[in-house]
Amino acid sequence: MNKFGFSLSPSSAINLDQVDRTFFNKLTEVEPDALRCMACGSCSATCTAAGYTGMSVRKVLLNLQRGRNEEVRKMLSACMLCGKCTMVCPRGINTRSIILNISKLW
Amino acid sequence: MVDYLHPSGFNSFIMPFVLGMTFVLVWCIGGAIRVIYELTPGDRKKFFLSLINPRIMAKNIKEWFCDCLFHVKLWKRNKLLGYMHSSIAFGWFMIIVVGHIEVFLYTPERIHRIWYPIFFRYFVAVTDHTMSGSFFFFLMDFFLLMILSGIILAMLKRAYSLLFGMRRTTRPSLTDLIGLYSLWSIFPLRLLAEGFTADISGGSFLTKTLNHLLHSFYSDPTQALPVWWAYSIALGVFMFILPFSRYMHIPAEILLIPMRNAGIPIRYSRKGISRLQVYSCPGCGVCIDACPLSAAKANIKDATVYLNRQLKRNNKKRIDQISDKCLLCGKCSSVCPVGVEGDKLRIAQRSTRKYNLTPDYSSIDGKQFIPQGSGKILYFAGCMTHLTPAIKRSLVSILEKAGEDYTIMDENGGICCGRPMLMAGRRDAAQQMIEKNTSIIMASGATTLLLSCPICYRIFKENYKLEGIEILHHTEYIKRLISEKRIDISKSDIKFAYHDPCELGRGCGIYEEPRDIIRAAGELLEGTKNGAESICCGGSLGSLSLGDEQRKRLIENALNNLTVASPDAIVTACPLCKNTFKRHSAIPVIDIAEVALQSIEKK
Ligand code: SF4
Ligand code: SF4
Ligand code: SF4
Ligand code: SF4
Repeated sequence: MNKFGFSLSPSSAINLDQVDRTFFNKLTEVEPDALRCMACGSCSATCTAAGYTGMSVRKVLLNLQRGRNEEVRKMLSACMLCGKCTMVCPRGINTRSIILNISKLW
Repeated sequence: MVDYLHPSGFNSFIMPFVLGMTFVLVWCIGGAIRVIYELTPGDRKKFFLSLINPRIMAKNIKEWFCDCLFHVKLWKRNKLLGYMHSSIAFGWFMIIVVGHIEVFLYTPERIHRIWYPIFFRYFVAVTDHTMSGSFFFFLMDFFLLMILSGIILAMLKRAYSLLFGMRRTTRPSLTDLIGLYSLWSIFPLRLLAEGFTADISGGSFLTKTLNHLLHSFYSDPTQALPVWWAYSIALGVFMFILPFSRYMHIPAEILLIPMRNAGIPIRYSRKGISRLQVYSCPGCGVCIDACPLSAAKANIKDATVYLNRQLKRNNKKRIDQISDKCLLCGKCSSVCPVGVEGDKLRIAQRSTRKYNLTPDYSSIDGKQFIPQGSGKILYFAGCMTHLTPAIKRSLVSILEKAGEDYTIMDENGGICCGRPMLMAGRRDAAQQMIEKNTSIIMASGATTLLLSCPICYRIFKENYKLEGIEILHHTEYIKRLISEKRIDISKSDIKFAYHDPCELGRGCGIYEEPRDIIRAAGELLEGTKNGAESICCGGSLGSLSLGDEQRKRLIENALNNLTVASPDAIVTACPLCKNTFKRHSAIPVIDIAEVALQSIEKK
């Protein structure tokens, strides 16, 4: 049964001055291409796992830049390495390699 | 009949050879025990059982001769290359065999001295002037000449490899070079040594002639001793360097052949059959030209021969780089004359990788994907076909036209087949997907699983256990519809060049079905390389590290191979190949399902 009513969402404000980007910086050392993502969302639109898990390479990269690593963990554990995101990325980013490297460095 | 020139039967010059020989024997027996010990108990049992199976044993014996001695596969590749290898291997083998026969016939009481067959002419003079005596002399000289001709060719090959059909050859390592030069010097030294003594011990056309020549300089036969020393030292050096050079392939291949025929799969990254394959590689370099990666010059050091070398050296960093870059197209494995499985070896290396984040699909509810329909044919389009919807549309139209009772499994999303994950070496994660998909398929009530993607097709064939369900690739399925006359295809004069997708051709052995369909629909053209030697489109999911820029060269190279005969269109049977090619091709790239549908519609 659907519940109706109101609830409070936790604040999603991010203070970019205080964000811990050590992990993202570590990632860009091995995957400089992570910096070339323009957040177009093509990868998310095509992702096999997106429909039922919320996986999105775009969000993974954004979340890492914003230091929200916990969300990244949840998303990455759903990726199936199918390669569709790599095929569609207009910037030619090897997203699968990024995913594997994040999993390695984590 | 025989004269004992040196009745003691011993001279200290034999020592380098005896020591080297003992070393090699101990090393190889130890190595063989180690490899067998490293197999899983099940595989070990399978291996031993295969040795008492007459059919497999007959195959082993045939391959020992054809592969180790006659190098039949190299002959097929290039006559000169084949002659070079087989003259050295077979000639040497025969010299050893005939040497033993001689010892056995003339001095049977000394057969247990392992140096006797090798230095027979020094110790024994056969004064037998009967047919058999001179027959053996002739044989020995004949095979020596055969080896020497092979060695001259080997020297030539180092300078002019193109003569032997090879654009690129392996760069030898230091130990390889020591082995090479000692091997090259063994036989000329043998000729010289036997030439010195030929007037006393007997000889034939080669040694006798040399003997006459030598006597114009020297008359004292004791001067021969340094040459015998040199001959023995060359043998000794070769044997001591053998385990550390590519020449280890000689003993390793002898064990690899029965293991291969027993069907032992690669299970570990370094142990067991993986170790054996690595050491069986003679560094012939056939895999360098074959590898599609070598189209971009930067990748030459990533060929399988270099993977083998780095595995021997245990260079972790390079092993990882080489393993990750490979497209897993399987071409090196299919051309390799000794049967090194470069693609599977690399997957095994990848599987040792440590990941701190591992996939977990337990929260995905498989039930949501159980299809509503109850068709007997279940069509799983798969991730890549969803990126190329024309293939899916065409195949569905064909299913309709054939009046088939079908259901689409992943119309509204589905779970990946798991093959890309398996290729990345993450077996556990792939297994989770396999289990989820299996339960979906089993719950659907279908009797046939139809696939339009060879990547899916391969894993469904190899790793899924779908009791009672026939697994078909759409090339097989369309071919069947045509032969059963359930669809009618009209022939046009369009010229199609067919590209064999790696996973369909080399992966699953399907070469003829797509060609039959094309022949029914138009004219079939072939690329320069096709079938088992077709060139990967360059888009393979097998490579983990290859970037977009690097792939461009590979794609263009593969396209050039296909367009030599100026076709009107390129046909493939894989959505990934189609997607990859169409970005760079000047002519249309279409799937076999589209070809079939167009020729039905034209009617
Ligand atoms: S590789 Fe992973 S992230 Fe990319 S499309 Fe496939 S499931 Fe999604
Ligand atoms: S498709 Fe490429 S550029 Fe677009 S969001 Fe995804 S990774 Fe970034
Ligand atoms: S892997 Fe095979 S093809 Fe390559 S060098 Fe070794 S033996 Fe030759
Ligand atoms: S599998 Fe293909 S890409 Fe990989 S090394 Fe062999 S030939 Fe090269």
